[in-house]
Amino acid sequence: MQIKSLFAGAATLLALASAGSAEAQNRIKFDYWYGLTGQLGEIMEAHCKRFNESQTKYEAVCVGQGGYDTAEQNTIAAYRSRQHPTLVQIYDAGTVNFMLSGAIYPANKLVDDFKLNVDWKDYFPGVANYYATSKGDMWSFPYNSSTALMYWNKDAWAKIGKTTAPATIEEWFGDLRKMKAAGVECAFAFDYDTWMPLEQFSAIHNQPIATKNNGYDGLDAELVFNKTKFADYMKDWKKLLDEGVARIQTAQVGKTALQAFSDGSCASFLSSVASHGVVQATAVPTLNWGLAMLPVYEGFTRQNSLVGGASLWIMSGKSQQEYEAAAAYLQFIAKADEALWMSTVTGYIPITNSAFKFLNEVGFYNNPKFAGRELAIQSLTATPPSPLSRGIRLGNFTQIRAEIRSELEAAFTGRKDMQVALDDAAARGNQILRRFEQTMRGRQLP
Amino acid sequence: MDKRVTFKSLWLAGALIAPQMLLVFVFFYWPASQAFYWAFTTQPPFGGVNEWVGLQNFREIFADRVYWNSVQVSVLFAVASTTLSIVMSLVLAVAVDRQLTGYRTYRFVLFWPYAIAAPAVGLAFRFIFAPQAGFMAALNDAFPGLWNPAVNGGHAMALIVFANSWKMVAYNFIFFLAGLQSIPRSLLEAAAMDGSSVVRRVFDIQLPLLAPTFFFLLVINITETFVDSFGIVDITTGGGPARATDLMVFKIYSDGFKALDYSMAAAQSIVLMTLVVCLTFIQFRFVERKIHYK
Repeated sequence: MQIKSLFAGAATLLALASAGSAEAQNRIKFDYWYGLTGQLGEIMEAHCKRFNESQTKYEAVCVGQGGYDTAEQNTIAAYRSRQHPTLVQIYDAGTVNFMLSGAIYPANKLVDDFKLNVDWKDYFPGVANYYATSKGDMWSFPYNSSTALMYWNKDAWAKIGKTTAPATIEEWFGDLRKMKAAGVECAFAFDYDTWMPLEQFSAIHNQPIATKNNGYDGLDAELVFNKTKFADYMKDWKKLLDEGVARIQTAQVGKTALQAFSDGSCASFLSSVASHGVVQATAVPTLNWGLAMLPVYEGFTRQNSLVGGASLWIMSGKSQQEYEAAAAYLQFIAKADEALWMSTVTGYIPITNSAFKFLNEVGFYNNPKFAGRELAIQSLTATPPSPLSRGIRLGNFTQIRAEIRSELEAAFTGRKDMQVALDDAAARGNQILRRFEQTMRGRQLP
Repeated sequence: MDKRVTFKSLWLAGALIAPQMLLVFVFFYWPASQAFYWAFTTQPPFGGVNEWVGLQNFREIFADRVYWNSVQVSVLFAVASTTLSIVMSLVLAVAVDRQLTGYRTYRFVLFWPYAIAAPAVGLAFRFIFAPQAGFMAALNDAFPGLWNPAVNGGHAMALIVFANSWKMVAYNFIFFLAGLQSIPRSLLEAAAMDGSSVVRRVFDIQLPLLAPTFFFLLVINITETFVDSFGIVDITTGGGPARATDLMVFKIYSDGFKALDYSMAAAQSIVLMTLVVCLTFIQFRFVERKIHYK
């Protein structure tokens, strides 16, 4: 106790002493935690630096948390001991936890309270709707955003005499089989990530994942993905795997799907547009490849795909000054110049109409290095979002993903029939949803 | 004849053990009591109102086939990994005790793996046993489909058993060697003069005399596999494929930290804690007392 007060005394003294020094030293600081790691984590750090160098009034103190999930866990732990940051980057799947947390300062309220210049209508509807409450209010600021695309090896497709990417799933699977016959060892690589095959697939086919409009209308939603077109899709994948056309590529195998595509051993894979830069940096020099929108089954009209990535949340219980500083940061990163910088150094897409327009004006998509990325915007804005393609708002969705993943593992390795596995996954997922509903009893989804 | 220091003043005794008690309280009793409370309530991630649910969390655990799968997997892992590491370390200790060529180096080097953190061990084994990129890739090329822990649950289990035993061999080795060296040389020399072979001496003299060490290590190894295997699983298999390596301690982690279902994780850790307490009790009650140098 005594030691603590001694430190506090010393800190006060220091603060008094430094008060007299240069004004620039006296910036208003706020804490910002981000989840991205590796090269993207460095970009987050660089973004903070750009902000700090752009003005002298505020200072963002940015700390990487070593992963999206750890960023969420650490924020929760910090909030419980009142040590939380002002601003935190939380991934799409964590949205519902933060909405129900009672620990946040809603974004739209911050905008009103601090009279910020934010035009919510400027955001692509596919982006805004994902993060908005059921009433359409924005509680967080969409930030690094992406959507899924298909990566295809043009040389492999040339072997079957084709120069364009397949538009339908039937055509795609036909191509894969032909390529196999033409001597392509591995025509399609996949891991057990559910984001592309379940979430994006269901959105672009306008298929429900859960009742109550994928959970937006209430915590009592139930999973139904085992009874939709998704089940057929997975059965088709299983056939491709059994025929030796497709291959499972995970870190445990030794190569991820991305690595297997980049070194030319597999001819196609599905991933986020954010991987575009990574494939570019790691691909073998001879790799002749391109991007395409995710194919759709015949008889379906393409719906908009889902946004993925993260948004920025403002936490409650901070000082007015810290909010002011965080608001300045949020205004800064929303600038068109910053969107251009972000798209240049990462594969993330611009998220507002005005930023996209700006990128087009400066000829961003004519640069061969970034050509093809506009497909992500096309895919995201293919149609206005429907109640089923606006997003997913299910409690504990991270764990539901994990349950689906382990059931898919069982099915793809032949230990379970695919339909049985999907039924089991839905049943287990529903248990998770019921537990979440019970834990959150008395709280309403906004 | 008990030798013990007695304190006239209880205050002094209290003051001397206070720092230790404080540590134990802060890092064990306080969290354990919180876990106990959470296990009987539902705890929202950001805190707030806990709702009392009685035994519901425990009922749900015991009715869950996935939980029983993790119990089964943990027991299999404990038995396999303990057996492997004890047998391996015993062989090594006997060899070093016989002062075979280079035994000084081995005595020194064999302890190193225990000093390596579990995640580092996991990472090394993940690379060595990666089916398409590591050492095993060469074998897989010669015999296609021989090894793939990403797909085959049995392979994944074998992988974490190897990794964990490799780490534990070091620990067991030191204890076995110390045990062997405390056996009077005269016994072995007498047997040798009677014409018994090396193997005979090991089985008839050294192993029976090692019984206390053996049982001690058995309990320690089993306990260790239950509580300290998280790092290896997290790095190598992530509990998969299809929960084939979903150990109890890993499931607690994923339910608590990934799923943010603190109450369910707390209830499971209470169960695991009870199990470890039982093992420790067995060790103190039966092993330490009865087999003590009969």
